[in-house]
Amino acid sequence: MNHLPDDLRRLEAEAIFIFREVVAECRKPVMLYSIGKDSSVMLHLARKAFHPANLPFPLLHIDTTWKFRDMIRFRDETAECLGLDLIVHVNRAGLEQGINPIQHGSAAYTGVMKTDALKQALTAHGFDAAFGGARRDEELSRSKERVFSFRSKNHVWDPRNQRPELWNVFNCRIAPGESIRVFPLSNWTELDVWRYIEHENIRVVPLYFAARRPVVRRGGNLIMVDDARLPIGADEVVQNLAIRFRTLGCYPLTAAIESSAVTVIDIVRELETASTSEREGRLIDFDQTGSMERKKREGYF
Amino acid sequence: MKAISDPKVKAPSGREGGAVQRDLLRLITCGSVDDGKSTLIGRLLLDCGAVFEDRRQALQRDSKAVGTTGDAPDAALLLDGLQAEREQGITIDVGYHHFATPRRRFIVADTPGHVHYTRNMVTGASNADLAVLLVDASQDMLEQTQRHSFICALLGIRDVVLAVNKMDLVDFEESIFNGIRDAFAGFSSSLHFRSVVAIPTSAVLGDNVTRRSDRMAWYHGPTLLEQLEIVEIHADAAPQFRMPVQWVNRPDASFRGYAGTVASGELHPGDEVLIARTNVRTRIERIVSMDGDLARAGAGDAVTVLLADDIDVSRGDLLASPNKPPQIADAFACDLVWMSEAPLLPGRSYLLKCGSRTVGATITTLKYRVDVTNYAHLAARQLARNDIAYVNIATVEPIAVDPYQENRTTGGFILIDRLTNETVGAGMIRFGLNRAANIHHADFDVTKAARAQLNGQRPIIIWFTGLSGAGKSTIANLLERKLYALGKRTYLLDGDNVRQGLNRDLGFTEADRVENVRRVAETAKLFVDAGLITLVALISPFRAERRMARAIVAADEFIEIFVDTPVEICEQRDPKGLYRKARRGEFRNFTGIDSPYESPEHPDLTLDTATESAEHLADEVMQFLRRRGVLN
Repeated sequence: MNHLPDDLRRLEAEAIFIFREVVAECRKPVMLYSIGKDSSVMLHLARKAFHPANLPFPLLHIDTTWKFRDMIRFRDETAECLGLDLIVHVNRAGLEQGINPIQHGSAAYTGVMKTDALKQALTAHGFDAAFGGARRDEELSRSKERVFSFRSKNHVWDPRNQRPELWNVFNCRIAPGESIRVFPLSNWTELDVWRYIEHENIRVVPLYFAARRPVVRRGGNLIMVDDARLPIGADEVVQNLAIRFRTLGCYPLTAAIESSAVTVIDIVRELETASTSEREGRLIDFDQTGSMERKKREGYF
Repeated sequence: MKAISDPKVKAPSGREGGAVQRDLLRLITCGSVDDGKSTLIGRLLLDCGAVFEDRRQALQRDSKAVGTTGDAPDAALLLDGLQAEREQGITIDVGYHHFATPRRRFIVADTPGHVHYTRNMVTGASNADLAVLLVDASQDMLEQTQRHSFICALLGIRDVVLAVNKMDLVDFEESIFNGIRDAFAGFSSSLHFRSVVAIPTSAVLGDNVTRRSDRMAWYHGPTLLEQLEIVEIHADAAPQFRMPVQWVNRPDASFRGYAGTVASGELHPGDEVLIARTNVRTRIERIVSMDGDLARAGAGDAVTVLLADDIDVSRGDLLASPNKPPQIADAFACDLVWMSEAPLLPGRSYLLKCGSRTVGATITTLKYRVDVTNYAHLAARQLARNDIAYVNIATVEPIAVDPYQENRTTGGFILIDRLTNETVGAGMIRFGLNRAANIHHADFDVTKAARAQLNGQRPIIIWFTGLSGAGKSTIANLLERKLYALGKRTYLLDGDNVRQGLNRDLGFTEADRVENVRRVAETAKLFVDAGLITLVALISPFRAERRMARAIVAADEFIEIFVDTPVEICEQRDPKGLYRKARRGEFRNFTGIDSPYESPEHPDLTLDTATESAEHLADEVMQFLRRRGVLN
């Protein structure tokens, strides 16, 4: 058998089971690919699940046009290198209205460029199941979500009416127009993800590793100046600091941490002594009370 | 027992140490609403360092806003993640939380205590190795605790910790703890737990959760965390190899792999295996993985295998060790937990999913329901949500199973409602009834086709559905006269008439209505087999049973006619005076008054009796039969 520690092996097998079950039972699955570490792990697990066959579903990236440039580069390289069927979707209407995270606030911007965009793409392609990389350790409302999470025709989640999940017997049946969000990494923690990346030698976006990068301090957060669209206030100073990211998203909404971790092993070590959770760097989690639950009910991943 | 060191010393950070090999214990916590479950788990997470600093700070903030512990952090708020839970102070759904010590890693399923969410507890228990049952020391043992104990045992949990919590409310009194411990031992003895360890705790103060209590010096056993660390979860001795085929991997003509997760036992290249359904033996040729071929795979591993022979294997098949093969049966005795708001109705057809196999299934006998307060057996005609029962179930095709207590994967199943797709029940197989092996379908030389030919007609079921007084019998009667005049051989099965003979033992509850329709449908099927044009005039209020009636004959042998008369008109006509009686409350369960009628979604023909005469409508049916080619 492979070299993995017992607990990772069990998590790996669970995720593979989930991938296969969806492909066996659903009509048209897709994998939501957000380019981050969780997506990299999901992609790796999916390839293992169906080896030696190619992935039996496409990948979908919701591009807000505000992702880090390194992420887009990594996405295209990965798709090229593994011969993936990658769909990139942008909410054109939102783009034409000029919706952006700087002027419109994170809640409105996320609603249009992420949630609406996702719903558009899922509806347009008629996907009935979408894999997502969410983990139960990330956020409180996630800890209550099932592995198979059902969405109405309008992509709405009803947390009070979830299907019981017994053993590993998943009920994948849906009515026409309904869809399922499926989370193969539900039982993983952030540290599991990094330990797995280490053991399996999985490539991730370089932004996870510390390097000197231009940043400004804003409201206690370090925001990277990834391109010229980020306005720099008169009293703000762009500094070159050794930083890395624990989580990746739209660059103006994603805070960096100061770090010297330049390898996966460094990151694992850093996490073992970390005192804050990864989502502290995600500014959108804090923009409303019960923020994530509300976004999820409306259709956000 | 091994020496136990102070967990605070050995676990400065409870989070993962990458290099350490630790096993994983899955546990479930259950108790009633106010036993302090969330507080207890929150305490474990906090004390094991599984809570990051930013969440600790958020907890401090939230505790002041909505907490119940004054200025101290309210650990329960760590767990109740949904807004409704925080506002109402209850746990609605199963939450999964992680923590670890250097010795073990834990995934805890925090399940709701309230009776409405028992199905969620069943969900949590299905994957748990151990249960922590909480009891409030200041209360009597509640029915809920007995229910939870029973469910844990039913779902195969063998190791239990009884946390007698809120000891601070009873002055840490030893006699109270002993009383609860003994009461639990009394009622749980019939549940055959392997280990039960009772621990007096105060989750609010942290006593005997991770820290030994100074206030209960009389207690010498382990703390909760110590018990969780040392309890041994035994694997069953030498389990037999089982692997449900989940997906067939066919990238090209040269490769045909069978993907699945090993449910139990081991496999190696060269091992002989049995395809349970077809009873064909073959050998494992290779175990393929992205990291190269494997020499061995064990329980829990997700693998892809190649077989030595080119044989018929597909999703839903079970690969098994030929030494002790699974049972093949289409009828089973099993325990059932009902989860749906809609009642379980014996006779109704559900979907049963066991492993990767999904088949149609019906509860044929409801043997008894269990009263969870005293584990007595009660007679039952139907089951409500959260009921637990012992039933016989029949599947439309034989499936391969093991007793649940030997194998959770091949012995556990869910039931799915065919119309709503809801997961309505969870079942644990006790044994196969082997009906399939003992009753064979006999084939005779004179066939349905031959009988139809002799009659010179196309046998078919013409099924009239609609409310009482809608005009079903009147139209069916006129139709039969017209068919008779053409020399057709017919029979009319009328609801009222059938109830005076074949179905005299049935009443008007939902369960009896389901059985009523099932018997009429089976009779109509026999009449079609006999070559007759069979008319059925029956309220048949539920879509599920009408669908069943259609499904048991060939696709072109069933016509559903909806006699669409609004209830107001039926009540006005009231030919039998039944609506008046129902309105006066003289009897209950009258369709359209206090029992539902589910209109057909896609009837073959709809008859509007409000505007047309019965004679005209019977002619309309005749025309329809000609268009369908039933009549020339």
